[in-house]
Amino acid sequence: MPTEIKIANVSRAFGGQVVLSDVNLTVHPGELLALLGPSGSGKTTLLRLIAGLDQPDWGSISVGAEDATTRHASERGVGFVFQHYALFRHMTVFENIAFPMRIRKTAKPVVKAKVEELLKLIQLETLASRYPAQLSGGQRQRVALARALASQPRVLLLDEPFGALDAVVRRDLRRWLRQLHDEMHITTIFVTHDQEEAFDLADRVVIMKDGKIGQEGKPIDIYQNPANPFIHEFLGESNHLAVQVQNGVIRAEAGFEIGHASVPDGRAEVFIRPHHLVPVPAAQGSWRVGRITATGAQARVSLTRGGITLEAAMTADALLETGLRQGDQAELRFTGGTLFAPGVGPVRVSGLPQTGVRFLRTGHAGA
Amino acid sequence: MANRILLISAALTFVAVFLLLPLIAVFAQALSAGLGAYFAAIADPNVQSAIWMTLTIAAVAVPANLIFGICASWCIGRFDFKGRNLLITLIDLPFSISPVIAGLLEVLLFGLNGLLGGWLSAHNIQIIFALPGMIIATIFVTFPFVAREVIPLVQEQGNEEEEAAVTLGASGWQIFWRVSLPKIRWGLLYGVLLCNARAMGEFGAVSVVSGKVFGSTDTLSLAVESLYESYEIQAAFAAASLLAMLALVTLVLKAALEFSLREELAAVKRRKAN
Repeated sequence: MPTEIKIANVSRAFGGQVVLSDVNLTVHPGELLALLGPSGSGKTTLLRLIAGLDQPDWGSISVGAEDATTRHASERGVGFVFQHYALFRHMTVFENIAFPMRIRKTAKPVVKAKVEELLKLIQLETLASRYPAQLSGGQRQRVALARALASQPRVLLLDEPFGALDAVVRRDLRRWLRQLHDEMHITTIFVTHDQEEAFDLADRVVIMKDGKIGQEGKPIDIYQNPANPFIHEFLGESNHLAVQVQNGVIRAEAGFEIGHASVPDGRAEVFIRPHHLVPVPAAQGSWRVGRITATGAQARVSLTRGGITLEAAMTADALLETGLRQGDQAELRFTGGTLFAPGVGPVRVSGLPQTGVRFLRTGHAGA
Repeated sequence: MANRILLISAALTFVAVFLLLPLIAVFAQALSAGLGAYFAAIADPNVQSAIWMTLTIAAVAVPANLIFGICASWCIGRFDFKGRNLLITLIDLPFSISPVIAGLLEVLLFGLNGLLGGWLSAHNIQIIFALPGMIIATIFVTFPFVAREVIPLVQEQGNEEEEAAVTLGASGWQIFWRVSLPKIRWGLLYGVLLCNARAMGEFGAVSVVSGKVFGSTDTLSLAVESLYESYEIQAAFAAASLLAMLALVTLVLKAALEFSLREELAAVKRRKAN
């Protein structure tokens, strides 16, 4: 039966520097959860608090039914995988994985059988007698995971598990970990600063910023409805426009109309993903096509108007169809975007018509 | 090219004159009256007693400093506390003061007219001019050797492995014996080796507190002086040759250990780099 983790009102400061402030989070049994955030957002600290490697100044953490904060790290039943693996350098792969059983004085034949089973799981049966220094990064990471699993943890915590690996190994290991999780169903939290990794791997993503939880939800929901400008920008490239709203009409401060939204009049910000900008060739168009770059299947077009430059993205095929070239004039369709204004939740802007005068479909998103 | 040859031969000449020649001279003098006389000199009860004293002192001083070195490196490497820098400076103190002064300080402390002298003599405890004093002096002089080798190693390696061991369910002692100690074993051995060489070869501090009773409170290095002063040149060199051999063995072991230690540090650096 998988274990639940409950974090309630947890705060932590290091010498006056607040790292976590009043964090509340429940990790459901058997869930694979990503803690996503830039460095310094407190995500690793939270992980260390759950493991008992550090103590919260305030609040409580429970693993399963019991309050973990009163328990020593060695008794919490938490498997922790460190970013730099932290394998025992003076022990072979076999002994590293056997360690949790050796210290529990498990009978030797049992240890041998269990280690061999885990070696098979991580597909390193042939490297049992190697030392950590003789392994590649990906291999070390897998040994670290096997060692954590050997202690039969109730929950698994991974600190930047793929941070020190190159792109290909990272992708393979990610798939492998997802498979492993689907088979074992052990409640798992992993920390990452890579949003692609978090979205690809996790059932649920928690975005952290400045020691607080910025937003949590399914990857697709967060991407569609980011709660604030920071998260919007953190989750991928976006064009940022300062706008004025008047009678529901959104107008860039440079003058052109972007669309409509039913929000109070005043200043606001609109964030638009590059693929929500569609340039259309027009001899009298008010946008000038700047640099065009194509990287494989994707193409990017930069467009300028009155000192404002926006980046549009589309498939390379779609670009070919438009026939746009650098120096051409074009019109720009805004097919989506998110509006943030003081005191107003994020408002999704979508489906703008080409002429830009019809009313838009707007909706309140997220919170 | 000519410059290089000149420099190299200058260095080699220096090594030959100042290091190799004295070493050869020690053995040549020791064996000048033949092998029989050499072994007779070593078998002399007074020299035997000196060897025994030297071994006893080292057998106490080295483990004492081993334990101290582990404790100090643990504190300094792991924790940031008030007085940490002071402790680092204090560890180096024996390096910066003359061993003779160290011996004198001990006399001032434990001697008959010293601070604790009255109390000690009232309880019939003799420290100065006896084995305990010589051990204390040796511990003081060899204080930094282990700690100074291990502290940088502990600082370099960090404590992630210990943290991993905790999460895997290990207790404090299990972590110490199975993780922390093996991690620093080469540095520790290296420190012990240097500490031992110094403990056995120490002259100044021990000389002040020993009272130099030949055949009773003489160590091997003190015996060399005693024999030399009584014009038993060949016997003096025979005793000295034992210390010279200790030095040679130390040198070989040191080279071997340095290799292992370098590997260890290089592994840490590689890990940090990627």
